[in-house]
Amino acid sequence: MTNSLLAKQNENLLFHTFDETLKPQIEDLLALGKAAGADLVEIFIEKSDNISLLAEQDDISNVSPSFGIGAGIRVFLGKKDGFVSTNDLTKAGLLFALNQALGMLGLVTATINRDRFDGLSDMKDFGTKKNDWLNLSPDLEESTIKLLEATKSLAGKNKNLQVRRASYSRNWQEVLVAASDGIFARDIRLHQTVGVNVIAQQGKNRSTSARRYGSSGNTDDLRNWEIDKSAYELNESAQKMLYAEYVEAGQMPVVLANKFGGVIFHEACGHLLETTQLERGTSPFHDSINKQIAHKAVSAVDEGLSNHAFGSLSMDDEGMEPQNTLLIENGILKKFLSDRAGSLRTGHPRTGSGRRQNFSFAAASRMRNTYIKQGNFTPEELIKSVDEGLYCKSMGGGSVGPTGQFNFSVEEGYLIKNGKLDKPVKGATLIGEAKEILPRISMCADDLDLAAGFCGSVSGSVNVTVGQPHIKVDSITVGGR
Amino acid sequence: MNNSITNHKIGELDPLLLNSLLTKYSHESKITKWDMGASSSRDISVQVQKGNAKQLKGSQRHSMTLRVWNKYNQVGITSTSDLTSEGIRKAMRGAIEASVFGNKKESPEFSSLAKAELAEINPKVSDPHTIEELLNIMKYAEKKLIDTHQSIDSVPYNGLNESYIERIYINSEGANRHMKLSQSSIYLYAKAEEENKKPRSAGGIRVNSSLDKLDINSCIKETSEKLISHLKYKSIETNKYLTCFTPEAFLQLISAFSSMFNARSIMDGVSLMNEHSIGTQIAVSNLNISDEGLHPDNVGAFSFDGEGTPTQNINLVSRGILTNLLHSEATARKFGVTPTGHAGLGAKVSVSPDWLVVSKCKPEMDKDQSLNVKKTLQEFILIDELSAIHSGVKASQGSFSLPFDGWIVSNGKKTSIEAATVAGDILNVLKSIVKIENEQIVTHQGISPHVWVQDMSITGEA
Repeated sequence: MTNSLLAKQNENLLFHTFDETLKPQIEDLLALGKAAGADLVEIFIEKSDNISLLAEQDDISNVSPSFGIGAGIRVFLGKKDGFVSTNDLTKAGLLFALNQALGMLGLVTATINRDRFDGLSDMKDFGTKKNDWLNLSPDLEESTIKLLEATKSLAGKNKNLQVRRASYSRNWQEVLVAASDGIFARDIRLHQTVGVNVIAQQGKNRSTSARRYGSSGNTDDLRNWEIDKSAYELNESAQKMLYAEYVEAGQMPVVLANKFGGVIFHEACGHLLETTQLERGTSPFHDSINKQIAHKAVSAVDEGLSNHAFGSLSMDDEGMEPQNTLLIENGILKKFLSDRAGSLRTGHPRTGSGRRQNFSFAAASRMRNTYIKQGNFTPEELIKSVDEGLYCKSMGGGSVGPTGQFNFSVEEGYLIKNGKLDKPVKGATLIGEAKEILPRISMCADDLDLAAGFCGSVSGSVNVTVGQPHIKVDSITVGGR
Repeated sequence: MNNSITNHKIGELDPLLLNSLLTKYSHESKITKWDMGASSSRDISVQVQKGNAKQLKGSQRHSMTLRVWNKYNQVGITSTSDLTSEGIRKAMRGAIEASVFGNKKESPEFSSLAKAELAEINPKVSDPHTIEELLNIMKYAEKKLIDTHQSIDSVPYNGLNESYIERIYINSEGANRHMKLSQSSIYLYAKAEEENKKPRSAGGIRVNSSLDKLDINSCIKETSEKLISHLKYKSIETNKYLTCFTPEAFLQLISAFSSMFNARSIMDGVSLMNEHSIGTQIAVSNLNISDEGLHPDNVGAFSFDGEGTPTQNINLVSRGILTNLLHSEATARKFGVTPTGHAGLGAKVSVSPDWLVVSKCKPEMDKDQSLNVKKTLQEFILIDELSAIHSGVKASQGSFSLPFDGWIVSNGKKTSIEAATVAGDILNVLKSIVKIENEQIVTHQGISPHVWVQDMSITGEA
């Protein structure tokens, strides 16, 4: 190996296309790792081709294509693991990474010895019907036209919109997973997101409003985007919040709208049901399987199967097909989300939830499409049941602390008075602790809907869907002024 | 143990080779104007759990961003982590394709300072350590931290890292910047639980240019002391309180609203300031804020930014008056000033601060000179760390509502607050400062003294 990344011998990329012809070369690497004494060796190889665009006011202000290659090699020995990522996909580069991962666990590469390795299975190719996805996606010209159409549509809705922005990201990824237990799988992923945000201003009053839409495996997603509908919704929100007063802080009942309202469940509960948290001993639910952890009105699932949902996948980043995992049934905890390492360290079986942002992260148990199932009430019945409280129509982001404390901001909120929606309020933050809030979700409406988002955690930022019907939380701390 | 993993030079960039390939491919494509920023990094890190290695990580990564100008002076950009000759050729093609969509109204240019003399930082690149050495240090830190108190049961989040980073900027007019540095960091986030009480947690972080200089014992001590102080906690009432921000918390707050000092944000209409705000009194008249990327305590300092402009120290707020902004080439051109060395690299270039320094200019101008975090007896809230900044800050409106870790202090006695949020308006906060303490404290994200603010809205659960 030379000091230069650009020297001639590096031109000989080992991986040009991800197909069966790679099998002998990958098997050599896996056999080397096994011969060195590893319990399991896993190789994740990735190619990516992305574009991101930004339209501001009536101009395209940024066009950023990017592409990349990389590999992550993970070696397990007992319950320990060593993980090395590299952009260098030459034979020498991958061997170096393998040696580094083995060295971390005190193992030294020997010569290839097949005694401890039975070889890879036939390739499970989840990408066969997806090979044309990149070509079928909108090109730069089509994408820019669509974004400018969006900012123009916003301009037509309201003269108070001082800032109008629309963004589009298309992320294409081809991945190959191979492991010394025989797993050999390939997939192609296509994720598209559209974001729109505005700042409305009149005099000294300012409000912001934002929406994000996303899909997986839908080449026509941008083409089918209902721009006028989004622009109308966004403008309505910004205009209503322009003169909103700050919410008064306190404890109160809250009705959370459907779609992105599901972020409360994602943050407050979902993360604590990942084996990543069990491994650290930070989940308050570690010994709660088959115990009541939520109100009986709450049943919740995490799945990777919904058609075109942002968190759906054909296989996880460890080569396993996703499942429909029932997490909570009528308030009783049923299952945790588990990946390979989580299963090894906690004993909970894998659920096809091993996910990573890209090759530079080791996979970890992560959520996919996570939502509370719908109930029998109408949204109006939930609001009607509240004398004085808060209606959270649109949520901002949120986060969860290591032991379950969560918080998230309310983007668009309204007071509830005597069972009816009252004036808009701003500056609200919902604060609580998972264990205390779950039993207080007492009513679920019949209007389940999902929303796309990004979740950042130990294995990077991954595409997820959050969701729920309208729900009522009997009492929660609302931070304000 | 395979020691070769840490002393191998794999992953280092070759600027001469990069330059010659870019020159070759630009000629082939009839591109006469281009620039390129590249970086590479080599890291190793360890994480432990209950005295054992949990996950050990290594990486060798590199990437580059290429910009080209077409004959209509539109800029196209492509980023790639494929630094083979084919990858670079593909990036050139991608950038040319993207240039067709370049913004005709606002095209970046080369920085006028891209070939100017650089400040001499020349950090010493440290010698690498083996994974085994890192692991032993981390095991020691975990054990020592747990042993400090019987209630501390684990350190669920921890990490020790050693990184080698290099950055290159080259352009078709002969600018050629190249710099390497090393960095090491440790973080400890411990959990404690006492019978019939909620679990509590607290953390500490240290960053330095080499592992040998990393003050691990002070990180253990800080984490332990904080965590122990949170074991006895209580709810507080929602009210307005006299509040003292620790240096870390005040820097978090100022950083969250740094779009006030950002010329790009002003041009985009998303800042609280506007093009005429220079010279405006935005804070109490004894507050100074500067951005000092060249400060000797800023261990991650590069001597040039994404556009090749030399890193500079800039006074942003002097005596409470907004005096300067942070600029890229494009914003500096628009404002009629020179770039300040705070740019990224892109078709639309981002601007960001390097290392904020908060100080006071006239001690006699404190509204309440008696306040002192160690001596004050009257009741106040001490905010140690803010959370959820990404979701709780409306930078374009100036408002914030943020959960925090902290204490209620009464008669000099600190009691941890169970759960609470602090809310306000940044401009009101800057004008409601009643005391800026004298002692400036170096943190991993900048320098600040303790800062006291009156009548902060705190939401508690009592």
